[in-house]
Amino acid sequence: MNTEKNIKKIIIKKPLTLDCGKTINNYPLAYETYGKLNEKKDNAILAFHALSGDQFVSGINPITNKSGWWSHLVGPNKSIDTNKFFVICANVIGGCMGSYGPSYIEPSTSKRLDTNFPVITINDMVNAQYNLLEFFKIDKLFCVTGGSMGGMQVLQFVANYPNKSKTAVPIACSASHSAQNIALNELGRQAIMADQNWNKGNYFNTNSSPDKGLAVARMAAHITYLSKKGLEEKFGRKLQERDNLKFSFDADFQIESYLRHQGSAFVDRFDANSYLYITRAMDYFDLIKQYNGNLSNAFKESKTKFFIISFTSDWLYPTSENKEIVIALNSSGSDVGFIEINSDKGHDSFLLDVPDFLKSVKNFVEANY
Amino acid sequence: MKKEFKIIAQLIENNTRVLDVGCGDGILMKYLKDNKNIDTRGLEISKKNVQVCIGKGLAVIEGNAEKDLQQFPNLSFDYVILSQTLQAFYNPEKVINDLLRVANKAIVTIPNFGYWKVRSHLLFKGTMPITKNLPDEWYNTPNLHMCTIKDFFNFCSKKRIKLYKSIALHEQKTSNINKMNLNLKNLSSELGIFLIENEN
Repeated sequence: MNTEKNIKKIIIKKPLTLDCGKTINNYPLAYETYGKLNEKKDNAILAFHALSGDQFVSGINPITNKSGWWSHLVGPNKSIDTNKFFVICANVIGGCMGSYGPSYIEPSTSKRLDTNFPVITINDMVNAQYNLLEFFKIDKLFCVTGGSMGGMQVLQFVANYPNKSKTAVPIACSASHSAQNIALNELGRQAIMADQNWNKGNYFNTNSSPDKGLAVARMAAHITYLSKKGLEEKFGRKLQERDNLKFSFDADFQIESYLRHQGSAFVDRFDANSYLYITRAMDYFDLIKQYNGNLSNAFKESKTKFFIISFTSDWLYPTSENKEIVIALNSSGSDVGFIEINSDKGHDSFLLDVPDFLKSVKNFVEANY
Repeated sequence: MKKEFKIIAQLIENNTRVLDVGCGDGILMKYLKDNKNIDTRGLEISKKNVQVCIGKGLAVIEGNAEKDLQQFPNLSFDYVILSQTLQAFYNPEKVINDLLRVANKAIVTIPNFGYWKVRSHLLFKGTMPITKNLPDEWYNTPNLHMCTIKDFFNFCSKKRIKLYKSIALHEQKTSNINKMNLNLKNLSSELGIFLIENEN
């Protein structure tokens, strides 16, 4: 899956004790950077990717040959202008783009870890990525940002390292994964595990991977990233390359064909076990519980300036959940701005060309740099 | 910056914490931040204005005072500002109580419905008044609870709210309002600016 030569990695020697109790060391963290770190080292932005993302934020992803997941927002002359800022992004641990995850080959056994990989958390992901500051000798970041699971990492980062970033922009996220979101993730995991090819996670040597299960998981998840109105406008009941219904279970409708394509394209670039581990990490995320029921305690020590963004049609991480973070920040007297962007594009809005969103981020970073 | 904001700025001590409710495009907040070293926060209902404020580096939250003031802890600010919006709330009394919960002192300004031009408009034209401070027609105005300087004055004494300062504004000129000149100021002023405080 990986074209290793295109992937930059650091090997982290410092031991990290995971939330599950296990300690790891000498593990790889794959990363990519955009722009240049200036002499004062005050222009660095750490971007955190979402469930299906990777370290290739902008430009062309050398592995998939597609645009980076945040190329609308990040790049030369974009909202986060890489002529000015130094953007760092790492593949999360648990991921499948070169960082320590289920597809990591254990040197002592020369075998993939697969389900021997420990169950990790958002907290573990953030603590692993914190090592990047040391690697680049950055004392304080200018900004930490990310959407969805990336936004959760932003919240965890500021809670763990209260004064290591001047600003923080969590987007379309939540401080505590909801029952609905856990349910949807469980649906995806069960689809993978119900695929016979999953083989209890040991599919690598069998030459048949759980592609169908992973594709179904992706299809179900993809629906949750869109909105009813967005689907209606883009697809409606339009038929796929035919004039009449075929009275079969082929993809008669464009939306069916679209979802099938999303599913099959995903299995080419994503590892099924990674999908299980990362969704589990999201489900375990509950920053409110970590701070004994009072989210504002998570930010009490921090002077970081926050800007929270949500989207009107996002029903996966709705405005109400984003506002809970705003309320907690206000209770702790933090410096916080908040805007809900009008968009019909659902949760996916943070990845798309939504001009008001792109402008908001630009306004914030420019005004605070 | 308009005269009303200059008067408000003079009422606020340097190096304090201020919440501007309905901060608009943030002109007053920015002035307070840059010139008086004030730690400012804003609450604003219009997305467009929130965008503008964020672009000025101001900490502004999109929200509605009637729903979103409750998220601020008791006495988390030294001052809270409410400029010409009291009349647009469903429940102005509740908003005033909330203002005096989140801050020690509140600065409230009201377009005066007792101003002689407003009165004469209704008296002689027989239609709902339209003036510089009340530019909308009856059918599209956001104003629900218009009041006069005298109404607000009486409200404060009835509700045991201490009127620290009452200022009348008319054509860039300011004067103090007191019990003696209340009827006159109520007739001659376009705007009332009040610095209020809980008596208890």
